[in-house]
Amino acid sequence: MALLELRGIGKRYGPLQALEGVDLDVVAGTFHGLIGPNGSGKSTLLKAIAGAHLPSAGTIAFDGADITAAPPYQRARRGLSLKFQITAVLPELSVYDNVLLALQTGGSNWELLGSRTRVGLAGAVMTALDRFRLAGRADDLAGELSHGEQQWLEIAMALAPGPKLLLLDEPTGGMSPEERRVTGELLLPIKQHCALIIVEHDLDFIKNICDRLTVLDQGRVLGDGTVDEIERNQRVQEIYTSRV
Amino acid sequence: MTAATSLAQAAPRSARPFRVLPAVELATLAGLVAAPFVFGERAELITLMTNILILSLLAISFDLCWGFSGIMSFGQALFFGVSSYVVGLVGRDLDFSQLWGTLPLAMLTGGVLAAAMAAFLLLGRKTPTSIFVAFGTLTGAYAAERLVSGWQYVGAGNGLSSIKLMAFGDYEFVEGQAFYTVALIALVLVYLTSRWLVRSQLGLVLAGMRQNEERLAFFGYRVQVFKALVFTAAGVVAGLSGALYAYHQGFTGPSNLGPGLSTTAVIYCLFGGSGTLIGPVLGTAAIEGLSFVLSDTEAVRQFWPVILGVVLLIVVMFQPSGLLGLVLSTRERIGSYGKRR
Repeated sequence: MALLELRGIGKRYGPLQALEGVDLDVVAGTFHGLIGPNGSGKSTLLKAIAGAHLPSAGTIAFDGADITAAPPYQRARRGLSLKFQITAVLPELSVYDNVLLALQTGGSNWELLGSRTRVGLAGAVMTALDRFRLAGRADDLAGELSHGEQQWLEIAMALAPGPKLLLLDEPTGGMSPEERRVTGELLLPIKQHCALIIVEHDLDFIKNICDRLTVLDQGRVLGDGTVDEIERNQRVQEIYTSRV
Repeated sequence: MTAATSLAQAAPRSARPFRVLPAVELATLAGLVAAPFVFGERAELITLMTNILILSLLAISFDLCWGFSGIMSFGQALFFGVSSYVVGLVGRDLDFSQLWGTLPLAMLTGGVLAAAMAAFLLLGRKTPTSIFVAFGTLTGAYAAERLVSGWQYVGAGNGLSSIKLMAFGDYEFVEGQAFYTVALIALVLVYLTSRWLVRSQLGLVLAGMRQNEERLAFFGYRVQVFKALVFTAAGVVAGLSGALYAYHQGFTGPSNLGPGLSTTAVIYCLFGGSGTLIGPVLGTAAIEGLSFVLSDTEAVRQFWPVILGVVLLIVVMFQPSGLLGLVLSTRERIGSYGKRR
């Protein structure tokens, strides 16, 4: 049984049909890439999965539960985590506190008020930062980090609570080639405990880390399969050679 | 030693040299404690200082909303004013003014009213915008002011006068050092409680919420519930402030729950420095002190409000972090939440 099951997802903005009849299955422990030309609906689909907006049609099941109409906080508590396309670290908090904020969601409001989990989470915060080479910047403000470091921090924040599924929207946007390579290296180990859906324009990057790809075009699924299958798909090749 | 343990020991420690803010807090406390001894012979200055203490509570209630949680409330006077009417009415109709009963009643009134408003403004199905909340609170304050202005039972436009003196047992608190002491104790208790709240892990949630609500929701936080809780707590503080104000003035009227006083609280906070707690206290002291001095100065008696207005404009426009921002670094104002081990 798939960890995430999308059936017939549609999304309409006034006269614009941004998504139509999208089916998608993501199995636990796999990396799934979403690719397609600009405006094909990739980010819209990711936002519908995360709950940033509700689909106009279709159903979303996650870990056996229907989450189609669930608000974002409920999806997050079920193990769904999102990294935004535009970096959304909290610039007026330290790097350390950004990750602590992501990690402490397990506590009750009383525990938060009494700061009862602050000490116990210190190791987990530093481990999360160390994994993304940010342990040395723990006390700096997040707004002082470089763009690439902010991207890593946000991925670290998204991964910190131990999600079952991580949604990454263009995680290497604005990064140097070296930073992209490192990002790929940093992401691969998480496959042991977390599935991933990634939207990315860098096809080489996505082919290197993903097990399966779904190609969207004008809001519909154009192709779905392994990387090899997609590379051999004639319709996908036409789209990419004619428009990208 | 595990890797996680050694990393935890590398976590930021609390011994960073953040010294300006505590120094300002201690200096302010020392000044407030010393004031009755310094101004002992001048009753009008004790009255002024008591007013500053009481209005500082209102300014802190706004700082909890805006400075720490990003809730733009233009209606803090609503909770202040309604509580002032409640203690006035309890004194008039029930002949009761014992502070152990009326001050908690005023806090409860402010809290319940704020919770009801939060339920309406913040806890709907759709996430409210800041503008919606700002206009909602403003409208609430305006509507309440108009309502009491025409309600004979609460004195209509004349308000409630000759409010029964606040008492503890047989002792009645008239203006002076005893009332000042009660107000100072109230301010210190509220300040310490608020400080504990905003520097706790829950305070970290508020700080994150103020910067990016959507990000917090995707972490799993029920952002609107946290907002409602802070708004309610701020209502409790404003309620306490309103009750003390009514007892101190011996009067309350429609203007005590309208947009005018609500906006004044905003100015107190911005003038001193929002998001600092001590900034609103200093802002209140500076504005009320300046008003007192200017209105009592022969040369400017005719046009002192104009001078005050220009000073306020200059500070708010050119020093957005308020007076405290002149001595406090951004890093210290932000502080740290995950440091205690």
